[in-house]
Amino acid sequence: MTSITERHKTLERNVTLLGVAALVTVAIGGIVEIAPLFWIDNTIEKVDGMRPYTPLEQAGRDIYIREGCYVCHSQMIRPFRDEVERYGHYSLAAESMYDHPFQWGSKRTGPDLARVGGKYSDSWHVQHLTNPQSVVPESVMPQYGFLKENDLDLGDPAARLKTLREVGVPYSDKDIELAMADLKAQADPDADAGDLAKRYPKAQIRDYDGDPGRITEMDALVAYLQMLGTLVDVNSAAAQEELATEKGR
Amino acid sequence: MEAVLTRAGIWLAILFIAVIAVAAAADTGYAIHMGIIALAAMIGLWVTVSTTDYGAIARGILRTPADQGRYDDDPIRWGVIATVFWGMAGFLAGLFIALQLTWPVLNLEPYLNFGRLRPLHTSAVIFAFGGNALIATSFYVVQRTCRARLAFPGLARFVFWGYQLFIVLAATGYLLGVTQSKEYAEPEWYVDWWLTIVWVAYLIVFVGTIVKRSEPHIYVANWFYLAFILTVAMLHLVNNIDVPVSLVGSKSYPLFAGVQGALVQWWYGHNAVGFFLTAGFLAMMYYFVPKQAERPIYSYRLSIIHFWSLIFLYIWAGPHHLHYTALPDWAQTLGMVFSVMLWMPSWGGMINGLMTLNGAWDKVRTDPIIRMMVMAVAFYGMSTFEGPMLSIKSVNSLSHYTDWTIGHVHSGALGWNGMITFSAIYFLTPRLWGRTRLYSLRMVNWHFWLATIGIVFYAASMWVAGVTQGLMWREYGPDGYLVNTFADTVAALHPMYALRAFGGLLYLAGATLMVVNVWRTILGHLREEAPMRDAAYDAAADRPILAPAE
Repeated sequence: MTSITERHKTLERNVTLLGVAALVTVAIGGIVEIAPLFWIDNTIEKVDGMRPYTPLEQAGRDIYIREGCYVCHSQMIRPFRDEVERYGHYSLAAESMYDHPFQWGSKRTGPDLARVGGKYSDSWHVQHLTNPQSVVPESVMPQYGFLKENDLDLGDPAARLKTLREVGVPYSDKDIELAMADLKAQADPDADAGDLAKRYPKAQIRDYDGDPGRITEMDALVAYLQMLGTLVDVNSAAAQEELATEKGR
Repeated sequence: MEAVLTRAGIWLAILFIAVIAVAAAADTGYAIHMGIIALAAMIGLWVTVSTTDYGAIARGILRTPADQGRYDDDPIRWGVIATVFWGMAGFLAGLFIALQLTWPVLNLEPYLNFGRLRPLHTSAVIFAFGGNALIATSFYVVQRTCRARLAFPGLARFVFWGYQLFIVLAATGYLLGVTQSKEYAEPEWYVDWWLTIVWVAYLIVFVGTIVKRSEPHIYVANWFYLAFILTVAMLHLVNNIDVPVSLVGSKSYPLFAGVQGALVQWWYGHNAVGFFLTAGFLAMMYYFVPKQAERPIYSYRLSIIHFWSLIFLYIWAGPHHLHYTALPDWAQTLGMVFSVMLWMPSWGGMINGLMTLNGAWDKVRTDPIIRMMVMAVAFYGMSTFEGPMLSIKSVNSLSHYTDWTIGHVHSGALGWNGMITFSAIYFLTPRLWGRTRLYSLRMVNWHFWLATIGIVFYAASMWVAGVTQGLMWREYGPDGYLVNTFADTVAALHPMYALRAFGGLLYLAGATLMVVNVWRTILGHLREEAPMRDAAYDAAADRPILAPAE
């Protein structure tokens, strides 16, 4: 039997063989770990209440992504007593199923935001974003006052929703058609929102930034933050029961 | 003449497309990016048609040796300079964001807020500093170990300049808010496409050079470079499948969402560490350590085992970034098990590097470049022990989301990647510019100590910060309630953040000495200094002290 070093010489003398062998070697781990996530059913549990983001919430999410909030804030509560008491019920896979991209984060320089929705008032958020140290003196967060100055660049919300539908978010034709109207209506309590609240259950319709005259980037971001974690009623008995009977996780 | 005309035509076409894209742009970020591309095309066009010989001027400024006979070294010389330049940019950005975390008043909204600068820092050190070091050293090593000139010299130059354009687009994008906010994969869709083109060109030049080699065997360093180039291509392509909202806008949405998106991202993210920052830099170790020590690699057999086991195991380790998240348990456990197993090939590589010094250990005392290499490999060993430890789920429950992770990353990045790159630069500069030696070896020694002490401050303060914060988050009082608010834990970290910034300052100071040293070496200066070796033997002094005569 030839030694391993002798046999290895075949690879060492042929760059094609070496390259193919290396590529096959590195491909295995990823295939075994990632592929099953797409076909094992209970990877994402079935829960009631999840829906795609409204156009205004999605615009807020785009600002969250633009500013790189993920470098300091996670959106993933782990199933530990202290985290659950601090932030709320641990995060479910279903809650980020429409997140393109996911924003679970990997560092908590600031607190987790997965269930921040409804914990603070809109005006607290506006003041905190404008000057974090004025409400939390120990905070090391940068100031985001410019969000209040900038009108939200409406762009083409229908195009954004359509792109999201292409990557798998179930927006209806009507959602896409009404994207611009929905976006404006959600930030204006006086406007006729139509069936917005029916198509997007639990959508919160109001002026968020204290400046009803216009739609600013602050409106969009606060609308997104106030929605986070509010869609799925994880504490309802039905949800608990379903999670308890789940197998294979 | 026809070649000039063709090239000018290509530049003109790019210029036109970029200008049209600026006019049609859906957002400012995209318009500025297309403006940058138009500017690059304009410079390219000017250099092509102008009768002035800019190449000669550049060679004059860079003091390029006249002898271009043996190997194609110009792209490597540029690469050495680019590595030093982007290194300084990345370290400066790092120091600045460390100071921002200590004194938040340093955030200048909106462009210089922490959220936009942090990706700038990570990309600058990993992709700009590390990437340029990898491209430059791989072109150097592959030519020497294959005894062949670089294949496709024009394409090699395209790789260098194309990669710099990628860096500029990525970096300006973060400041403008053009980002996908996926860690270490932030650039938007068109920057990803551009990098793909550059990377394929890189693969062609590298493999082309191996194909025309005069040596029958492919040297082990080239296996690692090859695995690094191929795997990074695979990771980049799969993790960046995006659908742009508009072809004339910067915004895109990735194909994968939620839990699948998370695992694909950390499969990418962890192997950016595994193949960009480990396999590629191990290739540097396998060439530069034996050359500087003038000893062969310790064990050929170990390098075979090291190579195959490292690349096989690394790819599985991604899920350890997602412990206790909504990722299914089976994937988390699999990630943990493979991360712990990964300890073995990592240390196999460390042993192969360190034992190469067998019979030359005295050089650690006399040669500061060897000393730097040894410290780099030692830090490699340390962080590849710490990594598997942090990937154990119960340890991770404390360390995750805290600064412990930041400390771990930096002991690897500053200690291993930084030190091995610095020593490679110190090895390369005199050789590439035909100087007898570096401007100053004593400055290398100073660089070594500043960097080492800087890392100690950095890593130690982040360990303390991470463990402190992790324990404070989970601290319960006798009343059964959480003791600390989140803000309490932030306040507790302030002194640690200040110490971390101080460590970063020391590291930056060391790198500044390198800039001076490299620049003076290029200029051909030699510093008059006492040599870095033992005291000379003095036979007259080698005698017993006689008792004074009574």
